[in-house]
Amino acid sequence: MNRVTVDREMCKECEYCLHFCPKGTILKKSTTVNKMGYYPAEAVDMTDCIACGICASVCPEGAITVEKNI
Amino acid sequence: MSIVYKRPEVFTDEYKKYCGGCGHGIINRLIGEIMEEENLVDKAVLIWPIGCSVYADKYFKTDSICALHGRAPAVGTGVKRSCPEDLVVVYQGDGDMVSEGMAEIMHAGIRGEKFTVVFVNNSIYGMTGGQMAPTTLMDQVTTTTPYGRKDENTGHPVNMAEIISGLNGCYYSERVTVNSPANIRKTKAAIKKAFKYQMEGKGLSFVEVLSPCPTGWKVKPLQALKWIDDVVTKQYPLGVFKDCGQEEK
Repeated sequence: MNRVTVDREMCKECEYCLHFCPKGTILKKSTTVNKMGYYPAEAVDMTDCIACGICASVCPEGAITVEKNI
Repeated sequence: MSIVYKRPEVFTDEYKKYCGGCGHGIINRLIGEIMEEENLVDKAVLIWPIGCSVYADKYFKTDSICALHGRAPAVGTGVKRSCPEDLVVVYQGDGDMVSEGMAEIMHAGIRGEKFTVVFVNNSIYGMTGGQMAPTTLMDQVTTTTPYGRKDENTGHPVNMAEIISGLNGCYYSERVTVNSPANIRKTKAAIKKAFKYQMEGKGLSFVEVLSPCPTGWKVKPLQALKWIDDVVTKQYPLGVFKDCGQEEK
């Protein structure tokens, strides 16, 4: 299984990762705000993730870490 | 287990003061990644402008100087001439370079200074609240051109990559954008090439990056990316305008 981790406090809700994810099911917007008032992205379902790293490569904050074959 | 991507070590823990979806964050990250990959962190001196990226010296663990408004190429000239072995990156926004600092960048190009210029073009003054910049597109609505930019009052947009490529001191000039994963990779390749030419001691290497400014354009971040494709690249076509390294081969 691969793993995507989003730093909650760093995320600014631009939704680039949600839009560019080729699978579209891995990341979702959180229902609670972080300390700056944004609804950050969070990884919900890792079954389809292929660890392509596109979500991390488009993140302006560098908030996403992608690990392969844990 | 292998890490596919993690935040570059060269960044500090400082919270970035950019708006959500700002292209500056992506471009800063690419510069950090390239410096780490090429082992240039210890040699790097980053010259920051006045503008949205004014606090960026706090985000990097490298040496940094924040220049006066528009004077980053002049400061870069001094640093590069006194420390020719260092990687000097002059990072400027469009208001900073094209409006206040036009003379500095033109003369740096004329003299053929051997540093890299990363020019972030979002066609608006982002930090001060979305006023018209010299790079603002025709008919673009800003806070100082509420009816759209008209040529009889405010002239025409400035295509910096083409202008700099016309100078004899320029070694490499390219325009890229950061509005999709593919374009981000191309941007990374362009900045990497510019750093390579600089470390080889060639002339001025200039990379113009079309960047989204969702706050200044008053749209959602994803709409801003689409607007770059639909409108901005019509005025500012992407591509390589000068690459003397390619011509020498």
